[in-house]
Amino acid sequence: MKTVFKRTPTLKDCPTHYCPGCGHGIAHRLVAETIDELDIRGRTIGIAPVGCAVLAYDYLDVDMVEVAHGRPPAVATGMKRTNPDKIIFSYQGDGDLASIGAAEILHAGHRGEQITVIFINNAVYGMTGGQMAPTTMINQVTATTPKGRVASEQGYPLQVSELLATLPGTIYIERCALSGVSAIRKTKKAIKHAFELQIEGAEGLSLVEVLSPCPTYWRMTPAESMEWIENEMTKVFPLGRLKG
Amino acid sequence: MTKKEETSGRIGERILMCGNEAFAEAAIIAGCDAFFGYPITPQNEVSAYMSRRMPEEGRVFVQSESELAAINMVFGASATGKRAFTSSSSPGISLMQEGISYLAGAELPAVIVNVMRGGPGLGNIAPSQSDYFQATRGGGHGDYRTITLGPSSVQELADCIPLAFDLADQYRMPVMVLADGILGQMMEPIVLEKKPRRKLPAKDWALTGAKGREQNIVRSLWLGERVLEEHNYKLHARYEQIQKNEVICEQYKVDDAEIIMVAYGVAARIVRGAVDKAREEGIPVGLIRPVTLWPFPTEQISKAAEEFRFFLTVEMSMGQMVEDVKLAVAGKAPVLFYGRPGGGVPTVDEILERIKQLTLRPKSEE
Repeated sequence: MKTVFKRTPTLKDCPTHYCPGCGHGIAHRLVAETIDELDIRGRTIGIAPVGCAVLAYDYLDVDMVEVAHGRPPAVATGMKRTNPDKIIFSYQGDGDLASIGAAEILHAGHRGEQITVIFINNAVYGMTGGQMAPTTMINQVTATTPKGRVASEQGYPLQVSELLATLPGTIYIERCALSGVSAIRKTKKAIKHAFELQIEGAEGLSLVEVLSPCPTYWRMTPAESMEWIENEMTKVFPLGRLKG
Repeated sequence: MTKKEETSGRIGERILMCGNEAFAEAAIIAGCDAFFGYPITPQNEVSAYMSRRMPEEGRVFVQSESELAAINMVFGASATGKRAFTSSSSPGISLMQEGISYLAGAELPAVIVNVMRGGPGLGNIAPSQSDYFQATRGGGHGDYRTITLGPSSVQELADCIPLAFDLADQYRMPVMVLADGILGQMMEPIVLEKKPRRKLPAKDWALTGAKGREQNIVRSLWLGERVLEEHNYKLHARYEQIQKNEVICEQYKVDDAEIIMVAYGVAARIVRGAVDKAREEGIPVGLIRPVTLWPFPTEQISKAAEEFRFFLTVEMSMGQMVEDVKLAVAGKAPVLFYGRPGGGVPTVDEILERIKQLTLRPKSEE
């Protein structure tokens, strides 16, 4: 029998702690495939965030560190500046990157740090129980917006990628989604490109934002979640290359 | 940039330097790979100096966007096995406490200098010793300790930097040097020396890319049942070892003294002047000066308290180290305190006055 699809070596063979229908599993696999295809496992260091992906090192078989909430871009700066030959990536959620770590990502981009950022946007805080994130949609019901997010009280969904794209220090910003086979393939291509830029020594920060489903806290089935990304989230977070 | 084998620093010469520049150069000589810092008075000479000297040495200097970022840059560099360094002053150190707790939890070495200023809040920019509790009690959240060194001259400030790096590497933990605005700003003649490193364990835990080996993970999250408890026991065992092996304390004219002064840092330097003056007047006074504030010289002070004598602790605060003195004395003798907070610096005469008041105490107290 011909094998047409198998686990990629950098993705560990282990049970997952993620909820059914969660996007992290797919995103992890795309990062692992990229590391294997580019043959950089031996010189890659990953940074796990605070949030559902805090245990990313349980799945990704590369050297990894887990750091304080929002601080991955600062940690990445310390790593890359002292190890310019290493490939440094951070994997961050929307609470981590867009809220508590807004200053760190902004200034890492501003300084043009040569790092790769995978930004998982699922419009909600997952690990702590589904609270509002900066990226939560208007009218979206969360644990802390029981009547839905209201712009006059909680502000509008924060478009971090658009913001970062205005900085001279960022070289590549693309927003992708995990809402279907074609979208996932595009996400893979974007992640790979972001790593390739760092390998080439391109001068600046690259970031791939990934719209990712959270059926548990969206109170939807996995299939409905995929549709919600395509029909609702992409209206506020349009897909495509914002820079580079 | 490639790190140069030999530093171009002026090693072995007698030179005049302010404390801030002296400890910065000492860090370079000690093999510091990277400095990350954010401007704050009274230690701004450090980042200005490092921004020039680190690139000259083929090393890393980054001015961070905040102290939070600076300590996390230190965390990142340290996680890859590099010698990472930062300095700040009181309000900035408060911001760094998050990162210091993570360094302690993740067992990462780092050296942090606090050039203390008056507080609380924004306080002022005058010298102070009001961060003793914060430094020696952990400062950040969680069950951990930070080795804390309290130098009292520019020379000693420079000398304790290589020691701090060695201690950090040996015990895999953050080490803090508590200086103050006087030590940072004051110029003194010093000699910088390149000291041989201690025999240090290999950093086989460092993140270097998992080439030909299993992955390394640097973490401070331990969710499993009892796993964090075991981790805390492991850290605690290390802290006990440090308390046993690393105490440094200077004793000055203590043997025949009936009054024992206890002071550290710049305050100890002033107290020393008062001790000499009191001796001239025939008052038997001595000084115990803790150089390591944690581990604290509990045994030395406890021993000094065995023969009944008065203890007088002097600090540039309303009394922080005095609590450790009282714990060490354990009720065996009276422990009195004199301090000046908020940037106040006690004078020799003020201290001498307190010493004289002690000699007037009725013998019945004995």
